[in-house]
Amino acid sequence: MIHFRASTRTLALAAMAVVSAADALAGCASAASTPAGTASSPAASSPAAAAGSSFPVTVAASNGSVTIKAKPVRIVSLAPTATEDLYAVGAGPQVVAVDQDSDYPPGVPVTELSGLTPNLEAIARYRPDLVISYQNANGLVTGLGKLGIPVLIEPAAATLADAYAQIGQIGQATGHLTQARRVVATMKAQIAGYVRQAGAAHPGLTYYWELTANPFYSVTSSTFIGQIVGLFGLKSIADAADKASDGGYPELSEEYIIKAQPRIIFLADNQAADGGQTPAVVSKRPGWSAIPAVQDHEVIGLNDDIASRWGPRLPQLVAEIAQAVERASG
Amino acid sequence: MTSTRGRRLRPVWAYGVAVAFLVAATLVSALVGAADLNPVATLAALADRIPFVHLPSSLDSLDRAVLFEIRLPRITVAIMVGGLLSVAGAGYQGVFRNPLVDSGMLGASAGAGLGATLAIVYLGSAGPSAVPVAAFAGSLAGVAIAYLSGAVGGSGTTTLLLAGVAVGLFLTAVQTYVLQRSTQDLQQVYSWLLGSLSGATWQQAGEIAPYAAVSVAIVLLHGRQLDVLSVGDEEARALGTHPGRVRLIVVAACALAAASAVAVSGLIGFVGIVVPHVVRRLAGPSYRLVLPLSLLTGAGFLVLADTLARTVVSPAELPIGVVTALVGSPVFVWILRSTAAVRT
Repeated sequence: MIHFRASTRTLALAAMAVVSAADALAGCASAASTPAGTASSPAASSPAAAAGSSFPVTVAASNGSVTIKAKPVRIVSLAPTATEDLYAVGAGPQVVAVDQDSDYPPGVPVTELSGLTPNLEAIARYRPDLVISYQNANGLVTGLGKLGIPVLIEPAAATLADAYAQIGQIGQATGHLTQARRVVATMKAQIAGYVRQAGAAHPGLTYYWELTANPFYSVTSSTFIGQIVGLFGLKSIADAADKASDGGYPELSEEYIIKAQPRIIFLADNQAADGGQTPAVVSKRPGWSAIPAVQDHEVIGLNDDIASRWGPRLPQLVAEIAQAVERASG
Repeated sequence: MTSTRGRRLRPVWAYGVAVAFLVAATLVSALVGAADLNPVATLAALADRIPFVHLPSSLDSLDRAVLFEIRLPRITVAIMVGGLLSVAGAGYQGVFRNPLVDSGMLGASAGAGLGATLAIVYLGSAGPSAVPVAAFAGSLAGVAIAYLSGAVGGSGTTTLLLAGVAVGLFLTAVQTYVLQRSTQDLQQVYSWLLGSLSGATWQQAGEIAPYAAVSVAIVLLHGRQLDVLSVGDEEARALGTHPGRVRLIVVAACALAAASAVAVSGLIGFVGIVVPHVVRRLAGPSYRLVLPLSLLTGAGFLVLADTLARTVVSPAELPIGVVTALVGSPVFVWILRSTAAVRT
């Protein structure tokens, strides 16, 4: 009994740390890779590779330099974000299997595969020539390496530049560098447009970003999400708890949330079908009616998937934030 | 041994200490928190609620909302959960004559975990509101299965405990399997498994109150029978007690107490095993004392632990299980060293 409890707790802590640990890893990744669109990555420096169609290519993923000998035609994606990236850059037809959590774009070849606890044999059964995941769990890189299958680890992005770099990298690795650059350029233009429209300076506006309720996990301004909301000059109320969590994802005290009086509340766990916290539910919490965001109906139910991924749909998230900011400041 | 007799508190003193501890813990807890309410104004606002007392307080409406809708319900739930877990732990230790038993035994924690996981994974939008009920039912079902399995193997308490371990492992395996099939619910489920009093409401306190009252009353009424049981089944029979019947009643009541606690707090370990031992060290082994004192001390202990959880890294919080074990273990060892052993 005692052994079971201890192992449950260890696992639990590990699960809670997934977000922040992945984030820390992403820090390493950003040091190794450069934003797509610049021609400084190893393979892109050769003229042919710049066109995005010449193999072999070597990409600097977070798990080191990965060489892909020929254009992959049997890709397995174990990460929802990587799946979205693959289809956005035009590599969709080369994808043979995606993990159980990949659900966008519609019609992706969903399987029982898991990125959280990958089963190497199950992956190998698809005879992939490229595997992309967000973490190197269960000896994924070494194990598939023995089978001669290259693996790209594309961890949770720490910055917008990281997110763009990953799209570029996935484009390069699959022979779609040109389209990947177009995707990134479009994303940048759209995001810049939303920021222009809503304004980049809102010194008085604070927000509370709810990752989970009971306990109330949030994000500080230094996280990936914090930086995106920060484009509009907003400050997270979780910044006061920065010291308590190195990863930037502190568990906030409920009374602090109320006392901090956030002007906007973003709900990143909002899918009602999945038992999420909808704006209606949040507004009815005891004591929460004292929060300006609740009084002004500025409790925003985000699209959970878009708000938790760092792929090509980021501009949609920025648009949702921009609308809320415009209303709250107007 | 004579010196330990001297250390042991007389019952009236033991009650006094336990009540004072609970009151002090509650007051401290009411006065501190991330919202940094003025302690004097908070005291005044609290005293103002006592009938026939009217005190002006400088707390504004926001501060009042924090105090009466967030902080006080959380303290109330902490008192209930701490008391329930401790009394259940003490009751089980008496039934099984085993000092290592706690409130999560006999498949109670594992059953609650499975119930909560099933609700979160399969009930979709109804999930969050169904979790307390599912955990409550799962916890009771876990104990029932363990009890029935153990009873088949014979009348010994060891058989029953071993059956509980087996049932617990089985239910945990099912829970892990279900969770593995639905990784997007991982965070929600693990948050629940870790245990937390964050987000406690008056409604929760009201919902578990009837079960808490009934179960605690039944356990407390069986103090004398547990004392008789402690000399052994044969001797207990000779003294006119039915060991099997007492065991069934107390196990059922303890299961109800633990299930009520688990429904609103998730799995909080350590309390149910440590508090009764501390009480025994201070007040002696009689269950007529150990049970009510565990109720009071456990309540105070969990209130203090939760106060630390929500203030040490304020405005962030620590998981309460971390605090109960991190602070509780050294204190427990210290108490073990500074007092002498007591039979369970």
